[in-house]
Amino acid sequence: MSEKVVFYQGNEACAEGALYAGCNFFAGYPITPSTEVAEFLARRLPKQGGAFIQMEDEIAAMAAVIGASLTGAKSITATSGPGMSLKLENLGFACITEVPCVIVNVMRGGPSTGLPTGPSQSDVMQARWGTHGDHPAIALAPDSVQEIFTETVRAFNLAERLRTPVILLTDEIIGHMREKFTIPAEGEIEIWDRPRPTVPPEEYKPYDISEGIIPPMADFGSGYRFHVTGLNHDETGFPTNIPSLVEPEERRLMAKITENLDIIEKYEYMEKKGSKVGVISFGSSARSTRSAIAMAGEGGTSVDFLRLITLWPFPSHVVNEMADKLDLIIVPEMNLGQMIEEVERSAEGKTEVIGVNRVDGEPITPDQILEKIREVS
Amino acid sequence: MAFDYAQYMRPGKLPHIWCPGCAHGIVMKSIIRAIDREQLDKDNTVLVSGIGCASRMPGYVDFNTLHTTHGRALGFATGVKMAKPSMDVIVVSGDGDALAIGGNHFIHSCRRNINITLIVFNNNIYGMTGGQFSPTTPHGKLASTTPYGNPDYAFDVVDLAIGAGASYVARGTAYHSVPLTRLIADGIAHRGFSVIDALCTCPTTYGRRNKLGSATDMLLWFKGNTVGKKIVDKKPEKAEGKIVTGVFRQDEKPEYCDEYAKIIEKVSD
Ligand SMILES: Cc1ncc(C[n+]2csc(CCOP(=O)(O)OP(=O)(O)O)c2C)c(N)n1
Repeated sequence: MSEKVVFYQGNEACAEGALYAGCNFFAGYPITPSTEVAEFLARRLPKQGGAFIQMEDEIAAMAAVIGASLTGAKSITATSGPGMSLKLENLGFACITEVPCVIVNVMRGGPSTGLPTGPSQSDVMQARWGTHGDHPAIALAPDSVQEIFTETVRAFNLAERLRTPVILLTDEIIGHMREKFTIPAEGEIEIWDRPRPTVPPEEYKPYDISEGIIPPMADFGSGYRFHVTGLNHDETGFPTNIPSLVEPEERRLMAKITENLDIIEKYEYMEKKGSKVGVISFGSSARSTRSAIAMAGEGGTSVDFLRLITLWPFPSHVVNEMADKLDLIIVPEMNLGQMIEEVERSAEGKTEVIGVNRVDGEPITPDQILEKIREVS
Repeated sequence: MAFDYAQYMRPGKLPHIWCPGCAHGIVMKSIIRAIDREQLDKDNTVLVSGIGCASRMPGYVDFNTLHTTHGRALGFATGVKMAKPSMDVIVVSGDGDALAIGGNHFIHSCRRNINITLIVFNNNIYGMTGGQFSPTTPHGKLASTTPYGNPDYAFDVVDLAIGAGASYVARGTAYHSVPLTRLIADGIAHRGFSVIDALCTCPTTYGRRNKLGSATDMLLWFKGNTVGKKIVDKKPEKAEGKIVTGVFRQDEKPEYCDEYAKIIEKVSD
C-alpha cells in the first residue's frame, strides 16, 4: 500500500493505525466516545481475514483480547470510563501473564456514567494504577489525529516487543475531531512482532529469561504446549509461592519498563531562551497549551513547553531538569489534578507548580492557560 | 488393557490440590477419556478455566492450558476460538465460576453458539473459598454464608443452558463416570456450544455441614437419586423426586465461527 492522505476522525485513525500495525482481532463493547473504533474495525477486519467480535460486556471483551493474543493474534479493544473500569481485572491478568495487547481509553468525564459525551483527562492515574497489585504500565497520549495513528502503531509495537498491555489514552475531543492526515506507505513505520521461541517445544519454558528480560512467547496451537495462569508463577509458567521465585518475577515485570525507557519514553520539549515559565501538558490540553504559548510569545513572554506523548512511565528526569531552570511550571489537565502530582514529585520542590484544571465537560481554553502565564510574568 | 491416563498428564504436577474424597478428580478423568475418545490432538486443544478448585484442573493435563480470572474463562475461550477457529476449545468451570460471577458469559456463550465445550463441575458450593453458597446450592441448605439455611433458589443448569440457546446440553454425575465420559465426548464432537452439567461432590465444605455422610455416601446418593432421560421420556412419572441425567438437547444450529467465516468469505478483498 502506498501513502494515502485522508480526512479522518481520531477514533478512525486509531483503528487504521491498528490495522497498519498488523492487528487482526478486536473484541469490545460499545461505549461513547470510543465506539467508532469498534465500528471501523467491524467493517474492515473481516475484509482482511481478521476477526471482530462484540462481546456481552467489557470484562468479556478484555478476556477475549487476551485469549486471541495467546494464539498469536495482534489484538485490541477500545472503551471509555465505565468500560475501562470493567477491563481492569483482566488488564492485570495480561500484565502478569505478559500477553501483548492494546487497550484504547477515549476518556470522558466521570466518575461513574459521568459525562458520556464530554471530554476529560481524568483517567491518568487509573491508567497507571487501575488494576490491583504492583504492575507495569505504559500509557500513550497523542494530541492529534495523525499522532493517534502513529501512537496506535507504537502501542502495538511496544506491546509486542515488551510482552505487556499498552494503554492508548485519548479523549473525546481528539477522538471525535476530524483532521487531514497521512496514512504512511506500508513499510514506512517499522512493525514489530513478539519474540517467539527458537528452542524445540520440549525445551520451551514460557518465562525463560536466559536470553534477556523479555521471554519468547509461543502461540497456542503451534506445537508448544504450555500453561498460563494469573497466579504468580515460575519460569515454567506453573504457580509458585516460593518467596525466592515470586519477588524476582514481580521485579522483572517492572524492569521490562525501566530497562526499556529508550523505546518507551516520548515527549517534545520546546525550550525557549530565557524563559522562566514552563507548561507541561498532553492530549487535547496540549493543543490549547500550544496556542497559549504562541499568544504569550506574541506578547513578548517566552514559555517552555513539555508535551508528554508517553504519559506512563512518567519522564521524571526531564521534569526535574526543567525544575532546575524554571521558576514556575503550569500543568493544564482536564481533571482536578492528577498528572500534577507526578510533576510535583519530579520537581522535588525546586520550582513552583500550579495546575489549570477544568472538569465541566468543556476543553481548557488557551486563554485560561495564558491567564496563568500572565499572572506570573 | 487399563486406560493410560499418564499420556495426558503433565509429569510432576501431582498431587493435585483437591481434598481427599473430592469428586473433581473423577470428572477430570472423564474429560481425559472423552478427549481420548474424540482423538483430539494435544497441540490443537486448549483447556481454559476460571478460578476455583475445579479451575485448577487444566494445570495437571498436557494441552495448551489457560487458567484465567474468576468467572471469565468463557470470554478468554471465545477469544482463542475466534482467533484460531481450528483449535478445539474446552472450558472447565465450577458452579460459582460458571453461573454466578460468570453467569453473563454463560448465557451469552449459549446464545452465540460458539463451538466450545463447557463442563460445569457442579458441587453446589464455593469449594475453594471454604463453603459459601453458590447459585446451585439448593434452597434451605447450609453454607458458611447461609448459616440458617439458604434463602435463595438454585439455578437448573440444564434449563438455563437450553433457555439461553446452547445447542448441546447434557447432565451427568461423578458416580456415573462412564456415561459422563460419553456425554462429554458427544459435547466435544458437537459443533456448537455444548454444556455438560457434571454433578459432583464437595464432602469437605458442603457434605460435612449438611450431614450428607462420607465422600462415598455422597457419591452413592447419585445412584439412588438420578434417573436417565430416556427412561423419563417413556415414563415421565419416573422423574418424580429424582434428578434427570442424559442429553437434553442436541440440535443442528449454525455455529458462530462458521457464520463469521462466511462473512469473511463474502467481504474479503
Ligand atoms: C473476582 C473474584 N472474586 C472472588 C474471588 C474468590 N473466589 C475464588 S474461587 C471462588 C469460588 C469458587 O467456587 P466454584 O466456582 O463453585 O468452584 P469450586 O471451588 O467449588 O470448584 C471465589 C468466590 C476471586 N478469585 N475473584
